[in-house]
Amino acid sequence: MLEHLVPILAGALAAATPLIFAGLGELVTERSGVMNLGVEGMMSVGAIAAFAAASHSGHGATLGLPAGALAGMLTALIFAFFTLSLAANQAACGLALTIFGVGLSAFIGQHYVSYSLPGLAGLNLPLLADIPVLGPIFFRQNAVVYLSLLAFAIVAWVLAKSKLGLMLKAVGESPESAHAIGYPVLAIRYGAVAFGGAMAGIAGAYLSTVYTPLWVQNMSAGRGWISVALVVFATWKPTRLLLGAYLFGGITILQFHAQGLGIAVPVQVLAALPYVATVIVLVAISRDKRLLQLNLPASLGKSFLP
Amino acid sequence: MNPQQEPRLSLLHITKRYPGVVANSDVSLSVHPGEIRAVLGENGAGKSTLMKIIYGAVKADEGEIMWNGRQVDIANPAQARRLGIGMVFQHFSLFETMSVVENIALVLDEKFDLASLAVRVKEVSERYGLPLDPHRLVHNLSVGERQRVEIVRCLLQKPQLLILDEPTSVLTPQAVRKLFETLRKLASEGISILYISHKLDEIQELCDSATIMRGGKVTGHAVPREETSASLARMMIGRELPVCEAKPYTGEPHTVLEVRGLSLPADNPFGTTLKDISLTVQAGEILGIAGISGNGQAELLMALSGENPVSMDTVLLQGKAIGHLDAGQRRDLGLVFVPEERLGRGAVPPLSLARNALLTGHRLAGMKGWGLVNYSKARNFAKECIQRFDVRCNGPDSAARSLSGGNLQKFIVGREIMLAPKLMIVAQPTWGVDVGAAAFLRQTLLDLSRSGVAILVISEELEELFEISDRIAVLAEGRLSAAKPRQQTDAESVGLQMSGLFDTTTPEASHASA
Repeated sequence: MLEHLVPILAGALAAATPLIFAGLGELVTERSGVMNLGVEGMMSVGAIAAFAAASHSGHGATLGLPAGALAGMLTALIFAFFTLSLAANQAACGLALTIFGVGLSAFIGQHYVSYSLPGLAGLNLPLLADIPVLGPIFFRQNAVVYLSLLAFAIVAWVLAKSKLGLMLKAVGESPESAHAIGYPVLAIRYGAVAFGGAMAGIAGAYLSTVYTPLWVQNMSAGRGWISVALVVFATWKPTRLLLGAYLFGGITILQFHAQGLGIAVPVQVLAALPYVATVIVLVAISRDKRLLQLNLPASLGKSFLP
Repeated sequence: MNPQQEPRLSLLHITKRYPGVVANSDVSLSVHPGEIRAVLGENGAGKSTLMKIIYGAVKADEGEIMWNGRQVDIANPAQARRLGIGMVFQHFSLFETMSVVENIALVLDEKFDLASLAVRVKEVSERYGLPLDPHRLVHNLSVGERQRVEIVRCLLQKPQLLILDEPTSVLTPQAVRKLFETLRKLASEGISILYISHKLDEIQELCDSATIMRGGKVTGHAVPREETSASLARMMIGRELPVCEAKPYTGEPHTVLEVRGLSLPADNPFGTTLKDISLTVQAGEILGIAGISGNGQAELLMALSGENPVSMDTVLLQGKAIGHLDAGQRRDLGLVFVPEERLGRGAVPPLSLARNALLTGHRLAGMKGWGLVNYSKARNFAKECIQRFDVRCNGPDSAARSLSGGNLQKFIVGREIMLAPKLMIVAQPTWGVDVGAAAFLRQTLLDLSRSGVAILVISEELEELFEISDRIAVLAEGRLSAAKPRQQTDAESVGLQMSGLFDTTTPEASHASA
């Protein structure tokens, strides 16, 4: 039993990592009152930019992640220009961004099909890695997995404890009031959207240069959408987002193993399982309407022109 | 106040134009250290624009601002705050889901330390008689408490000038008295205060001096205590204050609306739970419901209008149980409703008046047939409404949003009256309406009631309720006090009830509140 469980849990951590990056980015974006449905697109652009940078430079993920972050951020800024400066509809622009990003990554990526990258080895933290059971699960992951946890800790701290977090919340709840007391609402929202784009870009970069270091089309495979759903169902709380991401990661790996064992269920059903299960569990825990309304950024999705 | 002293703030020849309207034209005024100066004027007189210019939220086209003798250019609110200008907004700029101390921390340019700030908030709030718990969430606070947060927030920035925009519109008379004590104390410490209001009695009680504005221009400076209400009113609106006339009702009295033990849990965390509300409205009378918004007004209106149907037997129209009916079904039975929000709920902003008339007028014979609308009938209906109710506009094809607040309200009220209702429910009938239109609307409601229609008015303006109501009840914290004839009550006791101090009619409820 244990010999099955350890690789599943270790794999879950790795599979959840892109969702944590993209979800944290979208969480920050939505806290500022902007709903960016283009996560899938920003992730795709991040993935191809990272793959291109990694394969041409030969530096692998070390250069891939920053390149992905930059590409994701630039993509997000297109969205920000339309929805913030021009006050266009956020839902429509987000959908357009997804279509654009997925298409662009496929177009650029056709030169890279069949390329593969060396990937990133696990860190094998000294001493800790040798702890039975826990060692292989937690202490032999690659650096990016730990980076995602660091990002989680920073975002959670900033939102809960810092003035920056309070400002984000203020702008998301009532941009009119925030403007009245003198905050640059659009600048703060630009920042939040750019951060969301960079994080989605990192998520994409992780997929193409670390998780499966070779180029295939449609690399993100709906993970961007799951990230958006995670944010809402986590009621805009980072801790719940983290748990949701691990749940999704866990079931993803579990169903791979189930496929391997030849269980008599169609592969398509198994592959859909993580998506279905994550949504069901999160809907169940976010059913408290009160909690939802207290945490919902009141201006979410609404344009603001000072 | 010492007239020899240099003024703290002087505005010199300020002009601000918006497309099609001059909001401020050659406005000059000054305020000295320790002086409480009123800026008196009607809605639309340009007071708010002027204050926004001082606070840096709007930029003047012409004119100069002198601050402590130096010319300054106030580019944004943050700069105004750095100079020492604090502003308490009419519509609070607080964040509902945050605590008091978090709200305050957001405007202070200092090291972010909530724990030590909470201590200072408590100190300042107690020193000025504005008790506050720094850790409570704002959405749990009453309107009066929210205003305290705004004021304490300003005081912590150590302002030299405090601007208050219509600060008493949401306060009980008792809370107004406490606010005035605080303001006098601040003035005695040398803080200058600009007090914006259209309430003559308050200005006479509180202010050392007044600048009166009308139509964007200064029409006079005065010492309010040396003036009469009539002379101030003349400067403010250019003529005497109009008064309403209530004839006695001569028809047969009978109950039109009865609400029996209506209880309704709040449907969201920011809402109010209605607790055991009972009331009656007779034909030929106006029942006024006083109280500060947020005490269940919105919920009660939704339940009465039918936007939020309730259990069948709690609402009765002429003896018929209608609680379960929706708004349209209730309208078919002769219940009409004029909501507080004119644009968006009372009328569709971009649609013409004729089409807006159709929204409720389609019930009348001939307006529709065979599933089609008879637009010429609708236009005639709107035309008649415009004439009868003195709506100033460019005819039945002008868009609802092109009308001023007063004229649109006249149109909406007129539209409903032309449906020959049995019961009219009106929320804040004269909110944001100029004095002339307000007097017209009040007289229209009085005349309508004397023709045998039952009217329920929910309003925050006590003066208005005392002017038109036959009986007055108070809605506070979701409970309704027993209605009293107007002659048997006064603003003082209604004010006490507005803070929730009353026994309801049912024995167990009175026990609970004792």
